[in-house]
Amino acid sequence: MSGAQMTAQASAQTPAKVAMMFAGVALLFVLTGMFQSWNLALAIVNMALISSIMALGVNMQWGYAGLFSVGTMGFVALGGLAVVLVSAAPVPGAWALGGPGIVMGLILGALTIAAAIFVWARMPRGRMRGFATAAVLLGGFFAFRAVFDPAVAAVEANNPATAGNLGGLGLPVLLAWPAGGLLAAAAAWAIGKTALGLRSDYLAIATLGIAEIIIAVMKNEDWLARGVKNVISLPRPVPYEVDMQQSAAFVDWATRWGFDPATASSIIVKLLYAALFLIVLLALIWLSETALKSPWGRMMRAIRDNEVSAAAMGKDVKRRHLQIFVLGSAVIGIAGAMMTTLDSQLTPGTYQPLRFTFLIWVMVIVGGSGNNWGSVLGGFLIWWLWVMVEPMGLWLIQMVTAPMAEGWLKTHLLDSAAHMRLMTMGIILLLVLRFSPRGLIPEK
Amino acid sequence: MDILNALVTFLNFVFVPALAYGAQLALGALGATLIYGILRFSNFAHGDTMAFGTMTVILFTWGLQALGISFGPLPTALLALPFGIAVTAMLLLATDRGVYRYYRRVKAAPVILVMVSLGVMFIMNGIVRFIIGVGDVNFTDGERFIITAGQFREMTGLQEGLAIRMTQAVTVVVAVIAVALLFWFLQKTRTGKSMRAFSDNEDLALLSGINPDRVVAVTWIIAAALATTAGTLYGLDKSFKAFTYFQLLLPIFAAAIVGGLGSPIGAIAGGFVIAFSEVMVTYAWKKVITYIVPESMAPEGLVQLMSTDYKFAVSFAILIIVLLFMPTGLFKGKSV
Repeated sequence: MSGAQMTAQASAQTPAKVAMMFAGVALLFVLTGMFQSWNLALAIVNMALISSIMALGVNMQWGYAGLFSVGTMGFVALGGLAVVLVSAAPVPGAWALGGPGIVMGLILGALTIAAAIFVWARMPRGRMRGFATAAVLLGGFFAFRAVFDPAVAAVEANNPATAGNLGGLGLPVLLAWPAGGLLAAAAAWAIGKTALGLRSDYLAIATLGIAEIIIAVMKNEDWLARGVKNVISLPRPVPYEVDMQQSAAFVDWATRWGFDPATASSIIVKLLYAALFLIVLLALIWLSETALKSPWGRMMRAIRDNEVSAAAMGKDVKRRHLQIFVLGSAVIGIAGAMMTTLDSQLTPGTYQPLRFTFLIWVMVIVGGSGNNWGSVLGGFLIWWLWVMVEPMGLWLIQMVTAPMAEGWLKTHLLDSAAHMRLMTMGIILLLVLRFSPRGLIPEK
Repeated sequence: MDILNALVTFLNFVFVPALAYGAQLALGALGATLIYGILRFSNFAHGDTMAFGTMTVILFTWGLQALGISFGPLPTALLALPFGIAVTAMLLLATDRGVYRYYRRVKAAPVILVMVSLGVMFIMNGIVRFIIGVGDVNFTDGERFIITAGQFREMTGLQEGLAIRMTQAVTVVVAVIAVALLFWFLQKTRTGKSMRAFSDNEDLALLSGINPDRVVAVTWIIAAALATTAGTLYGLDKSFKAFTYFQLLLPIFAAAIVGGLGSPIGAIAGGFVIAFSEVMVTYAWKKVITYIVPESMAPEGLVQLMSTDYKFAVSFAILIIVLLFMPTGLFKGKSV
């Protein structure tokens, strides 16, 4: 937690205790594998790895710098968008139809905003300044629409059943991960420039709104990534299960070791994904741990704990806030790109703030804000719970309703069991905030 | 005549819907701003409080309908409203006792309270989904229109019609009554005055013997009443869906901040500013303009500044502009 009132409590956990906690969470996954299936356990592991990276990004913004940004979902979605733009197959003819018009329109839009900011900054205070800025914005807006709209219409009319968008570059999908980070970072820079001056509550509302707007853009701008029509069958960095099952050598190998080829192939694919994600996670942790131990990290924490005195020491608080906001958002963007790669599809309709913003926040707070390993532990524990609470809740309700007579109430209760997970997350968050506000692995 | 037609079109498609929506937002923003003024944190669970309140009203409405009780031409939900408010108030008081009170006692930073309200948001959202599900629920009954477009055309002989739905009229009337009651309470009663004193200067209020627990409890009860009323009116006007209510959080907070957080009159003004901007920016003006300008100048396109899907962007843009240029809002709320 930020603020002095929290740092005074309980000393840091010993390494042995931390190892115990990680072992405990690992045991949950092992038990899932043993009693349900290894396929399921690995699927949870993969999303838990991605969630941990998202939590790392939020932890940078909140844990290191005390920025209360709840726009996580927006950056996750931008990462996903990058996958489509970088690695989806190009759409034949789309660029020729409207590419230049769209690019020109976007440039015009950016120029308009820049010109408005310039006019506002350079003109003397007074009524004229307001009118001039408004005139620039209004004129620019109509110019933008005049160039942009026909190009968009042309692109979207191009084979709308299967394409209707500009299409990607067709590059290897792994390149999309850093691209996702860059895209999220660029958006975060623009957002940070306008919103970071706001005080905590206002920043929260503003970032919540920005995330909704990013999703709205992705849902409605069909030329970009087909909107709610979704982009499916994106390329993947690992082999396909079907190809493996058709290879005689693989089937031989699997049967020799006594595995069912179908199960073995899907487990191997998941293991390959897990290895890729783990490399990214470990690299990011190493980088952020190094940064946190450096003078830069100490400066960040100093700014978080007391902005006024840090500013008095000559630290540029605003610049540092912008820097960490951009870095954290880039990490979230990378995770978003990884998630879309894992799903092999981009479905803008599925981005919901409860799942992609607030759940990640629960991971950070439960794990221990300010501690990178805490974010990882929180990511694994909370994601496992998020997935497993549903069947556990169903089982619980089946137990409770077993003696009940068949009827609408019983059916309703059984149908509603899925919503237990939201309540569980709320209760966990409240319990942690109340009884262990520094989280499972507190900041050192 | 064309001017009149243009005016009627404007009233029908912009003014009346925006007025109803603005009244709903204003009630929601009043609740959020009161909690901010007295308890000093942005309550992220406010949207879900509205959802919970509306859900209880819907359940009571179904109960009344099953008993064969109706409110004549008015929606039955209005009869169920007091029951819904009572249940929601009990829930909020229990939440305060079980959750928020501890953080007040340890004088936690506002941002911690916001996080706690995130936890409450999750739980309330879960409860609502658990009880009523995630689908659309339409619970409007009674007369649908006060005046339909056809009747209006017959009466006036104009080409354009002006339809006023019962739910829109009910929204405005109920909102006016609720706001009048609230302002009477804040200005005239002893408890209301002590609430304003507490909001202005907590230490001074405590020093003059105001009981903080009572002020906080009354605030939660009023917040419950406002949230339930706002949610029910919104649900009557459109339909009830748990997720939509969560999304209302953004325009509601935008309204409260634009008006000045902590200022009741600001919340009302903010609600209408946001509602009218949203509707006007996303409305296709083609018809109105065609009536006003000479035939040769009639627009070809829809003359829609932004598609309706971007209504969030409108409230957000207003929010940012106000925060950058007028950090305390239109009516001098709490400073940043």
